Amino acid sequence: MDLFEYQGKQFFAEYGMPTSPGKIAFTVDEAVQAAEELGTPVMVKAQVHTGGRGKAGGVKFAATIEDVTEHASNILGLDIKGHIVGRVWIEKASDIAEEYYASFTLDRSEKKHLGMLSKEGGVEIETVAEENPDAIAKIWVDPVDGLSENQCKAWVEAANLPAEAFDGTVDILLKLYEAYTDGDADLVEINPLILTPEGKVHVLDAKVTLDGNSVFRHENYEQYDETQTRDERETAAHSKGLQYVGLDGSVGVIANGAGLAMSTVDVINQVGGKPANFLDIGGGANADVMAGALEVINNDPNVKAIFINIFGGITRGEEVANGILEAMKRVDIESPIVIRLDGTNADEGRAILKPNLSDKLLMETTMLDAATTAVQLAQ
Amino acid sequence: MSIFVDETTKVIYQGLTGSQGSYYGRLNREYGTQVVAGTHPKKAGTDIDGVPIYANVAEAVEATGATASCIFIPAAGVRGAVMEAAAGGVKFIVAVTEGVPAHDEAIFYNQLKRDYPDVQLLGPNCPGIISPGKCNIGITAGHIAKPGGPVGIVSRSGTLTYQALYELKQKDIGVTTCVGIGGDPVPGTSFIDCLEAFEADQETKAIMMIGEIGGSAEEEAAEYIKDHVTKPVSSYIAGVTAPPGKKMGHAGAIVSGGKGTASAKMEALEAAGVRVGNNPTEAGELMAEIVATL
Repeated sequence: MDLFEYQGKQFFAEYGMPTSPGKIAFTVDEAVQAAEELGTPVMVKAQVHTGGRGKAGGVKFAATIEDVTEHASNILGLDIKGHIVGRVWIEKASDIAEEYYASFTLDRSEKKHLGMLSKEGGVEIETVAEENPDAIAKIWVDPVDGLSENQCKAWVEAANLPAEAFDGTVDILLKLYEAYTDGDADLVEINPLILTPEGKVHVLDAKVTLDGNSVFRHENYEQYDETQTRDERETAAHSKGLQYVGLDGSVGVIANGAGLAMSTVDVINQVGGKPANFLDIGGGANADVMAGALEVINNDPNVKAIFINIFGGITRGEEVANGILEAMKRVDIESPIVIRLDGTNADEGRAILKPNLSDKLLMETTMLDAATTAVQLAQ
Repeated sequence: MSIFVDETTKVIYQGLTGSQGSYYGRLNREYGTQVVAGTHPKKAGTDIDGVPIYANVAEAVEATGATASCIFIPAAGVRGAVMEAAAGGVKFIVAVTEGVPAHDEAIFYNQLKRDYPDVQLLGPNCPGIISPGKCNIGITAGHIAKPGGPVGIVSRSGTLTYQALYELKQKDIGVTTCVGIGGDPVPGTSFIDCLEAFEADQETKAIMMIGEIGGSAEEEAAEYIKDHVTKPVSSYIAGVTAPPGKKMGHAGAIVSGGKGTASAKMEALEAAGVRVGNNPTEAGELMAEIVATL
């Protein structure tokens, strides 16, 4: 779950990290009102789940209320890499002496938490890693022990920050680690972490991704679920509890199992087609789940053909075939369907499907043949 | 031979009294697995189809001599269940449960390494392990695998594993052991753990490795294969065309910051001498070719 910058800052503030006062605004009027309450100068910042906001004109300094009106009008509705700006964060402007970078994420290879700190902030960390890797101080934290104050101090020393930034940075990093672990985050990132001319260390931007699997112990995370960026199709699939990712092609995909669904998407590409989605309906393939999946795909206007790819393991072929037929009765499907059914009792399942085959319901025995047929039908 | 589990392995099911646990526990038992006990803190003294229930893993181990456990506990309880199993004395833990928070996984992975270095965890979010004809722990349909050998399989994906087992069976090729290591960010057992065990297993003559996008486990496996594996390996990597930044069903299947792409993994494996198929069927055919030359 990706948080907007302002949600990330509010999340950090709960753990005692210093952030600037600000307000969220959905309209120009609200932006002006927020700026009046905060007092100018302010920053007007687009809230989107993507990077590169500054370059796209989504972050502006406003010295006066007139500036706020102008920038908020331009930024609200702006398209930043396909994300339409629906809200802006109005924040008291900060004076910046220096910009740093700080983050924690899970290092899957080391199976430890990885902290990164750099005195080269305000630019993408990938760029720093490529051009000047020595400018990044790394620390691997054992998840069982956590991050001690002494470890944290040694880490900040290794990053060669100026002496006046030392204490403030140590304090923020300890709190950042707490927010990261206590909050079950996949990623917490402050870029930039700034030093003000007065010598204060301060959070100027926040990027937070939370682990969707941890929602059961964080009741308040429902609020973030509502602000995820999803297109109409993804919203519909999400409400049905389906594992769905929208793509931009014309062949709708339904498969059981994440690996098989990924593989199906790959094979459609391999035979020259374009998949409309990734959709994993899980182990079984009963009529309810199948009907829900067909409904989501049927509502996608780009879909011209549907490829159902099922491997029966414990769920037998007969059950799968009956589930598909039952689901087709419930949904008025516009596009032709190509089925590939394999695995346990595949022959029995195919025998059930056979009398129902038509130019709207086709069957192939291999994944490649089924993909080829579906791609031809979509053209 | 087989790796990790065989016909002598006695297994405790943590969560045997639940709907998933009782369903798969029964199927595993029908397959021939020695399902010797279940655990439930409040149902000690009862039984499921004659399989006795104990209050905890330690008591079940003491009473039955079990050396393995299989976890069918909801995600919130998995961290506790894994540590209970290790403390209770089992040496091989299969955690089938999906949806375990990554931080929990990071904690129990490191806790096991430190306090119980001789305990092996498989999963979480995995289909389990099957040594065909001998022992099946987890949710794999046993009859789709042909016993014997000469192929050992290790995979991050459930259905693609079943696909591989099934295609090999149709080509009349047997499997020594098939290990589903699961699709989560911190799997207890790695590709390398399985490659090492297959390399040491005399009956395994060739290895099939099924990976997917996300992380760098396949690249690390490729390095290991280059230096330590003498047996031929075929592979398939799912997610070649997956968009960056999206979790593709599995919590660990995500390309982030340009890292974890299928093409990088395929290149690394090919550079290590692995024969890489473009789809599961092709990988199966490559394995059949390899087996024909053994």
